[in-house]
Amino acid sequence: MPGITGKDTVLMDYANKLAALDAPKGRSLTQDALRRLSKNKAAVVSIGLVILIILVAFIGPFFVPWGYSEVDWTSIRKPPDFAKGHYLGTDQNGRDMLARVLQGTQMSLIVAAVATVVSVSIGVIYGAVSGYFGGRVDSLMMRFVDVMYALPYILFVIILVVMFGRNPVLLFVGIGAIEWLTMARIVRGQTLSIKEKEFIEAARASGAKPFTIIMRHIVPNLTGPVVIYATLTIPEIIIAESFLSYLGLGVQEPQTSLGTLISAGAPVAEVLPWMLLGPAAVLVTLLLCLTYIGDGLRDALDPKDR
Amino acid sequence: MSGNEKEPILKVRELSVEFTIGSGGLLGGKKILRAVKNVSFDLYQGETLGIVGESGCGKSTLSRAIIRLLPASSGQAVWFGRDIQQMNNTELLGLRKDIQMIFQDPLASLNPRMTAGDIIAEPLKIHMPHIGREERALRVAEMMQKVGLLPGMINRYPHEFSGGQCQRIGIARALITNPKLIICDEAVSALDVSIRAQVVNLLMDLQKELGISLLFISHDIAVVRHIAQRIMVLYFGEVVEIGEAEQVTMDPHHDYTKRLIASVPVPDPRVEMQRREERRRLRKAAAAAA
Repeated sequence: MPGITGKDTVLMDYANKLAALDAPKGRSLTQDALRRLSKNKAAVVSIGLVILIILVAFIGPFFVPWGYSEVDWTSIRKPPDFAKGHYLGTDQNGRDMLARVLQGTQMSLIVAAVATVVSVSIGVIYGAVSGYFGGRVDSLMMRFVDVMYALPYILFVIILVVMFGRNPVLLFVGIGAIEWLTMARIVRGQTLSIKEKEFIEAARASGAKPFTIIMRHIVPNLTGPVVIYATLTIPEIIIAESFLSYLGLGVQEPQTSLGTLISAGAPVAEVLPWMLLGPAAVLVTLLLCLTYIGDGLRDALDPKDR
Repeated sequence: MSGNEKEPILKVRELSVEFTIGSGGLLGGKKILRAVKNVSFDLYQGETLGIVGESGCGKSTLSRAIIRLLPASSGQAVWFGRDIQQMNNTELLGLRKDIQMIFQDPLASLNPRMTAGDIIAEPLKIHMPHIGREERALRVAEMMQKVGLLPGMINRYPHEFSGGQCQRIGIARALITNPKLIICDEAVSALDVSIRAQVVNLLMDLQKELGISLLFISHDIAVVRHIAQRIMVLYFGEVVEIGEAEQVTMDPHHDYTKRLIASVPVPDPRVEMQRREERRRLRKAAAAAA
């Protein structure tokens, strides 16, 4: 029984037809943002480079003549040698640097992805709930965040390692579980301003439940700051991972990561520069590109804030 | 045509709303601000009651307290014999279906991430979750037609509409659950004059067609006089005058109402000149009284 008053079948057929198939799609804010982003040359180039790095890191190892843990006893500490297939030289144990850089990049990217997903999902929900309910709930939740902030994360990670043993994935869930704190604060602040908007009041007035309001009205409107902050978190996590690996808490031999490679290459940079240059170039490119993407996204998602 | 012999659908009795304002600081005392003081009125089926008053006089606070978006500190609002303050969750959900709101800022009252169709359909999803997607799309399209929007705009986003169109989306959202009362909180104040007339006339037509009651809140007594059968004048949270629209505007009893009416500009310079004299006289009288 559609309709409030008398039904006009002709009108209804027309409306039905339009609603069912012919209604033209509107331009959503996201599409708008993507269009603006595609006009930003630095961001487009950066996105291309990051995609290239990801593809090479995951597909490249199948085409490299040497495995990342394979030892070539005939060439130890040798500079790039195209005849033998050591395009980036070898390290002190005779392992092919190109294979190791590829594997290290892979590891760093996985770490960044896992930790970012963990930190974004916890941070957004936590921050939105805290900001939306406000009052005592908010104070309690935010004091908990303050307490977590006060704990040095190295301590937290060491406790995790002691409890669960050395497991890279767990470790990076752990990093994510620390990184969400900042995300929660950003999201909470944003939520405080969004919840005063009239469309939230409209939703409350029409009887939407708090959870529905958070998921349907608040979280989608957080896209801007969350996406921007997430792109800026990735470099932070890669650096944190390098630091942990340097301390011997992160990735374990023979596996490697960009951070481990750099920390191994740095002391011998004068005699074996190829050990540092390869991984450093990849890391620097990756971080620079992510920063440019983050900048581009900020401009694209919030054209007023430029 | 207020139909006094009938039972009112909404009875508000001695309703007050208080806010506690901390003066800040650890030792600062707390102040109580009474935004709405002992307001009482009745609203009948199919009637429009206009609420006028200056900014900050408690018009919006009153409307939010009636539908329990804000807690009332005392008094009651009775909806079809049930005190709204005492309602349980199920009853409250029913109330949310029966009383809808239209807001002041057309664009801000629509979620920028949702399409017009999704926005209009939202109350349907909450109150009639059993109806299917096609049926919902149908009702939305029909409602868009009714408020003067092309159903082909169903997939557009709020920022692709003009202010007047956005307000029509807001009206469609309010009407879709087939409510008995719509609270228009400054619903036309943000629109420019020609669009305002269109939207007001649309509201009046829809009201005639569907028999809903309107609580029309505005600071603009000219608009209220056009749409409302009865007018209530609020001043600092108190009702200073309530009565038939004709009587309140032609023969106001209270000084504040007189000043309010005298402040409405008339697009005739000669008449306006005389009225300026009149306003000066009223101000002097008010100053002498104070």
